[in-house]
Amino acid sequence: MKTPTERTAQRLTDKGEIRAEALLPIKPRPSIAKWASIVLAVYVFFVGLEFFVFNENWNWPLVFEYLFGQRILQGLLNTITLTLITTLLGLFIGILVAWAKLSPLAVLRKLAAMYIWVIRATPLLVLLLMIFFLAALVPSLGIGIPFGPSLFEVPTNEVISRFTAAVLGLSLYLGGKSAEVFRSGIIAVDRGQFEACRAVGLSPLTTYTRVIGPQSIRVITPPMANEIITMFKNTSLVSVIGYTELLTTAKLIYATNFQTIPLLTVAVIWYLTLTSIAMYGQSLLEKRFGRGFDRRTDKEEQREPTEKVETRTSTIADGDIR
Amino acid sequence: MNVAKPILELVAITKQFGSFVALKGVDIEIAPGSVTCIVGPSGSGKSTLLRTINGLEEIDGGAVFFKGEMIGQTVRGQHRVPVSSKQARLQKLNFGMVFQTFNLFPNRTVMENVTLAPITVRGHSRKSARAAALQLLERVGLEHKKDRYPNELSGGQQQRVAIARALAMEPEILLFDEPTSALDPELVGEVLAVIKSLAEQGSTMLIVTHEMAFAQDVADEVVMMADGEVIERGSPKQVVHNSSHQRAREFFSSVVAS
Repeated sequence: MKTPTERTAQRLTDKGEIRAEALLPIKPRPSIAKWASIVLAVYVFFVGLEFFVFNENWNWPLVFEYLFGQRILQGLLNTITLTLITTLLGLFIGILVAWAKLSPLAVLRKLAAMYIWVIRATPLLVLLLMIFFLAALVPSLGIGIPFGPSLFEVPTNEVISRFTAAVLGLSLYLGGKSAEVFRSGIIAVDRGQFEACRAVGLSPLTTYTRVIGPQSIRVITPPMANEIITMFKNTSLVSVIGYTELLTTAKLIYATNFQTIPLLTVAVIWYLTLTSIAMYGQSLLEKRFGRGFDRRTDKEEQREPTEKVETRTSTIADGDIR
Repeated sequence: MNVAKPILELVAITKQFGSFVALKGVDIEIAPGSVTCIVGPSGSGKSTLLRTINGLEEIDGGAVFFKGEMIGQTVRGQHRVPVSSKQARLQKLNFGMVFQTFNLFPNRTVMENVTLAPITVRGHSRKSARAAALQLLERVGLEHKKDRYPNELSGGQQQRVAIARALAMEPEILLFDEPTSALDPELVGEVLAVIKSLAEQGSTMLIVTHEMAFAQDVADEVVMMADGEVIERGSPKQVVHNSSHQRAREFFSSVVAS
């Protein structure tokens, strides 16, 4: 038996041997972890099978009975409506606040920072209740001069319904949360991009809609998807002000028939569905706005003859001036 | 050099970054159709000077005049105020800028990079902008790359697209900020060839560069900067080989090795 040093010494003199070894094919290292993970997966599968399928307490027939029930579907529709409206409104507020926070005007920056501070600190539940009971703070809403005359006034309770309170609370909340996501997207874009836009004289609007914005969307899509998917579930908090969306509907039903688990399962199945749709949307967005960042891998692109490119290049670079 | 009225005059330009004085009162005049190379050690203020011309850096003192008109500010009685942002944007259109790091828009194809500003700023039709862009891309030898994204191009190709993008706005003066410094050595030649062909067609150009051989080849005038000041200016021959300035001689002996 040779020691490692002896072997190395011999190899240095024996070119033929190392060459033979160098040409051996490379195969994956035998891995216990790989087999262990497969065993684990099988185990988890059977645990799941026992827990979900062969477990009568889930009461699957009842789950499927309620899944497309009239009341549940109405609740689902309310959840979708509320999410869509508050997302649109919330993202709009978010863009405004992010823009204010990046403004050269110090007053706007401070206002935006305060807004984000308050929203971050306030639990959504508190925000919703405060808005719903706004009439206790200000009996009427209007536009006018503080401490002075008012130009236009309506009783608060006429404006703040369960629905408007829910929309206001949720979109103000998303506005504060998404503002920071938008801002992170803007500051992630290279400074040179802003300079290039200025150098060719693009207007601020074009700069943001055609160059900076699309590049930010790529960065902010994953965190923004988080925020928006959270909104689906946050809508369930509006049950405190009595707006009946999906989860509240499920709660109302099991309050009368005591089938708690099956009805919660119904809600979860719908939340899973909505989340899947949102995640599909996320992957579409990432693909669309990843263009120009990920290299294209279409077979057609790869097949392009590179020689043609080289000759064309040389025609203009032929004057060797170096 | 001709004695025509200068197209661009920089007068007593000063610029500070915090307590660091980047430009200490720089005066330069540029004749129409001339090629001026600005050279000097790093930190000498040459890039900063170029960037003050099209307003990418705000100046603290002095002024830039384009065809006799003050750029960036306007006189009101005994003081100056910055022009409106719209006016500032219009004034920038007199200058085309080519950056060290290209700064192409990565989310847009080569064609869109070149046509975006002509369409949205100049109001050209999509069709005429594309036709003009195609000609420019041909001129830089990249018409076959028009539908590619910048990250599919080599550095030299990206810089040539950046030149086409600047040319598409038909600027009166082209500003090059170290156009070849970020390139692999074998890609420098193709970019310099394009710049040289522009010089031969009579474009007015200001080029900040480290390529001394190139500067000697194309420049009508070489401006040597050090520590925020112009320390030497004249024909390439004069400045590079017969400099009277100690600092300039040191610089050239280190960069003009061959």
